Amino acid sequence: MKQGFRQSMAWLHTWAGLVTGWVMFAVFVTGTATYYKTDISLWMRPELRAEAEYDVVRAAELGVAHLKVHAPKAMAWFIGMPQADNPLIGAYWMDTPDGEIGKALLDPATGAPTVARATKGGDFFYRFHYELQMPPAVGRWIVGLCAMTLLIALISGIVTHRRIFADFFTFRRSKSAQRGWLDAHNVTGVLALPFHLMITYTGIVSLSLMYMPWGMVSVYKGDELRFYAESGQMTTWRAAEGKPAEPAPLGPLIRRAQAEVSEPLEMVSINNPGDANATVVAVFEEPHGLAHRHPQIAFNAVTGEIVERTGPLKPAAHAYTSFVGLHEAHFAGPALRILFFLSGLMGCIAIASGLVLWTVARAPKGMVRPAFGWRLVHALNIGTILGLPVGMASFFLANRLIPVDLAARDSWEGAIFFGSWLAAALIPLARPHRQAWREMAYAAALLFLAVPLVGWATTGWRTDFLGFDAAMAALALVFVLGARKVGRYEGPRREAARATGDLARA
Amino acid sequence: MTDTIKPSAGPSRGRYRVMVAARTLLAIFGGYGLAAIATAFLSLTLPLDRSEAVASATLASFAIMAGAVIWVFSARSLGRAAIGLALPALCLGAGLWLALGSAGQPA
Repeated sequence: MKQGFRQSMAWLHTWAGLVTGWVMFAVFVTGTATYYKTDISLWMRPELRAEAEYDVVRAAELGVAHLKVHAPKAMAWFIGMPQADNPLIGAYWMDTPDGEIGKALLDPATGAPTVARATKGGDFFYRFHYELQMPPAVGRWIVGLCAMTLLIALISGIVTHRRIFADFFTFRRSKSAQRGWLDAHNVTGVLALPFHLMITYTGIVSLSLMYMPWGMVSVYKGDELRFYAESGQMTTWRAAEGKPAEPAPLGPLIRRAQAEVSEPLEMVSINNPGDANATVVAVFEEPHGLAHRHPQIAFNAVTGEIVERTGPLKPAAHAYTSFVGLHEAHFAGPALRILFFLSGLMGCIAIASGLVLWTVARAPKGMVRPAFGWRLVHALNIGTILGLPVGMASFFLANRLIPVDLAARDSWEGAIFFGSWLAAALIPLARPHRQAWREMAYAAALLFLAVPLVGWATTGWRTDFLGFDAAMAALALVFVLGARKVGRYEGPRREAARATGDLARA
Repeated sequence: MTDTIKPSAGPSRGRYRVMVAARTLLAIFGGYGLAAIATAFLSLTLPLDRSEAVASATLASFAIMAGAVIWVFSARSLGRAAIGLALPALCLGAGLWLALGSAGQPA
């Protein structure tokens, strides 16, 4: 018996989509939130007020002063400049090439560790987006495997979809439950298809040299940092000499670098600090354009002479960095950012509706007790699609409700995120299916509505949080509407379900 | 006899599961292996600056892997799927062996 190409692709779409759906839903949700990472971080550190401009030379000197005391033996220091949307000096250090990066956030006025509450802020979702808050090597491989599977699901989905253009305009809301879910899946999947393909492929490319290092390894053979220097992405690493030397003052170096580059200074890194062969690298923001490329100027830290500048990117390196840039969308202004955000939301809905569609298409008829596999998928669906939002809203609430001076409070925020997610995934197991969806959707709505209210009650009303508050209220509204919709749903209409196409059940 | 990936088509549920597992493993490891060999081969042989060759080959590698996976799941039988991966992998592997041998010597 022969099977057509389209049937095998329909099969592949169904199963590749199912096994990868839960992880990719979480990746899409947290990635979509990350488009507003800085706004989330600002809201989560209400003690801070952003200023319009900062003295970058002073910020760099304050960072160096802190690192001299707290990380004197580091092989490299990195000092992130305070900016209007991130009003702190970031002082980072690295002791070994593969070791963990140390981090301190400093007040740009005093250089002392910030008084703002300890929180991971928007970085929590950002790191979750590609590491799932696991050990980096494990999390990144899991996300990579799932992203690759999603790419396969997208390609096989396009093949399966024989009437892609007609279904673009088709949304049969009232015909049958399964038809409605299928159309919701198609509309959100097809409408934002260029985005889905782009974001999945560019996401894999963002970590490609970890997933697929074999080109770089076979060409550079153990000297892989050279790749980044030769392709114009960063300046060369200059080895330490082993003799100490007094560095030249930082201020004049930074001003000379600023005179050459029109973009704002983003970071100053000092390689082999205190060594006779130490290097100061001034790293600037991305110039206008798609590429994720930061111009760099390297100085000899002792003599103060310029030793290297990153040149223009060659075509393939430009394509490569543009892939990464497209994924991160740093180039996007407010309007384009909203478009990326909405496309990301459509990705979330496409994945969620696909997962639900799997269970709707296989819903047990009549009084038959559903099989274990069906119950597992159903439980994972509700536990992910509603559990994750419950966890996120609880995370925001924890930010305002955990005492500011509690030890390890940023870890407690994370613990509450995972704890409430777990609770939201377990409670529905004890409830009938439809009630479970409705109750958990109302719970999510209530929690999201509570976020701005608790925010006002604890840290006061602020106009610069208006966008964040409005987004929380909008999410609450979405979950209320969803809960009401589930409440009105009349149960499976068997006739219609049987008549629907092969896609959902293939 | 061909082994299709349709539960109703196979003689038994167990056989269907084994076939799905075999294709999945072939898709993941075979697809990755083919992509890895192709990336290394192209990085060494594309007529570009070496950093450009690495960037181009690495960018293309995931499309190669995606194509390989689609092939594994659309091929009529597991054997055909495996041969379809093994042949290009062998050719590219031989090319890679030659390229690695000549790397470092004057062109």
